[in-house]
Amino acid sequence: MSEDTDATNGGWFGGLDPEDDDAAADAIAGGRAEVPRDWPRLAIDSGFAADADDYYDRLRAAATRATRRTVREREGADDRQLIHAVRAMDDCERTANEVAERATEWAGAIFETAPTGIAGAREVADREPSGAAENRAVSLAARAADLADECDELAGYIERTAPAVAPNLSAMAGPELAARLIALAGGLESLAKKPSGTVQVLGAEDALFAHLAGRAPSPKHGVIFTHEFVRNTRPADRGSAARAFAGKLTLAARVDHYSGEFREEIHDDLRERIATIRARAEGTGEEDGGRGAVGVNGDE
Amino acid sequence: MSEPEEPLPAGIERRSFEGRSRLATRGEPVYGEPTADGWRAWDPNRSKLGAMIELGMDHGLVGGETTLYLGAAAGTTVSHVADFAGPTYAVEFAPRPARDLLAAAESRERLIPLLKDARRPETYAHVVECGLDLIVQDVATRGQATVAVRNAGFLAPDGRLLLAVKARSEDVTEKPEAVFERALDRLQDRYEILGTERLDPYHEDHLGVIATPR
Repeated sequence: MSEDTDATNGGWFGGLDPEDDDAAADAIAGGRAEVPRDWPRLAIDSGFAADADDYYDRLRAAATRATRRTVREREGADDRQLIHAVRAMDDCERTANEVAERATEWAGAIFETAPTGIAGAREVADREPSGAAENRAVSLAARAADLADECDELAGYIERTAPAVAPNLSAMAGPELAARLIALAGGLESLAKKPSGTVQVLGAEDALFAHLAGRAPSPKHGVIFTHEFVRNTRPADRGSAARAFAGKLTLAARVDHYSGEFREEIHDDLRERIATIRARAEGTGEEDGGRGAVGVNGDE
Repeated sequence: MSEPEEPLPAGIERRSFEGRSRLATRGEPVYGEPTADGWRAWDPNRSKLGAMIELGMDHGLVGGETTLYLGAAAGTTVSHVADFAGPTYAVEFAPRPARDLLAAAESRERLIPLLKDARRPETYAHVVECGLDLIVQDVATRGQATVAVRNAGFLAPDGRLLLAVKARSEDVTEKPEAVFERALDRLQDRYEILGTERLDPYHEDHLGVIATPR
């Protein structure tokens, strides 16, 4: 509180040129303060606004501008960009690991100690090389670190844009899994048109074709296994959880594609359904076994 | 429900729409609600605050309040608030409904749209002033009482919180009564509870809460 020494005390209008609309919108969107103050009075006292009416006019104009800009930016994202981003993220991650492994192995042959993995590559990249071989090993480690950084950036991009592309799917599955499902289906529209049984095993195509060829049991889940609803349900009930989850994900994708509005009920319904499935595990041992078995049979 | 003594703030009236007496505010229509003579019907089925007023809760509204509205969504309720209140800060986190909120704000000169997360008041405390008369909250995330507690610093000592708690957002498996009890408990960290009422039949498993900072 005490570090705000200027007259504006950290308000959004501090240091702003009253004529600079873009800077005002930036200040609204990006600023922060620990405690609110009497901003209208401080703005008038500091000469930013002539009176309360003038202040609220300026504030509303800046807030509207900031909000409109962010809405546009997020809506500019579409499912094609999301698909590229999630595939690029996977490429970066895989390549970063490969290059890091090579770089740290090389570094291990040159330096006395050389840690492994991405963290190891970052450490090697910071070293001062001497000689041609060290130059190459350290440089290679720096590439691995860069790829890992790009992977993090892409994850951030997906995190920000998936909710705008598919609000319900993202809220339900998390932004990353939502992006993966869209990528596996080839777009939001084709995901919205898939039956939920297909969505349930998206990402498990190898297992599915092995099953169709008569070589394996049918897969209970594909990439949705990464979600807590499936993974943290006990194995006996996992098929039921995966089926229920896939059903609601399909619904979420359809709402996102056809209406784009956030629909609270489908999220409530899913939470309720998963809670019911998990409650089976709390039943008595006898009943528990019986119901668990029925659940698994029902899924296969 | 239509006692003549009903304490409605300046700017909210009971008007007749298609022969039915309904709550109404004066402003441009936002969500296809019926209008007559510049007044627009306020549908309690689509608005928790509308339901709280319709149910005759002791809201203490007088009109002209400087207001922080948390969970503005597409602007259905906050547009009515801006019609009768003073400067109204409308906080909404999701970009899609925010586009409709912008449309609702176009004809309302003191409706200030903010694309912010109500769980993180530090991201808008540089914009929203202190000493507010009113906070209206309708957010459908877990930890609704915590959101209200975190935002208590915006209210004047005699300010009011009008809050709708949605039981299913907290825990779908628990009895709503238990969820509400826990929410009220949490609220009492920063608020004195002045009144509560279930919002049935307009909104199932919702509790309307009126409180003031302690």
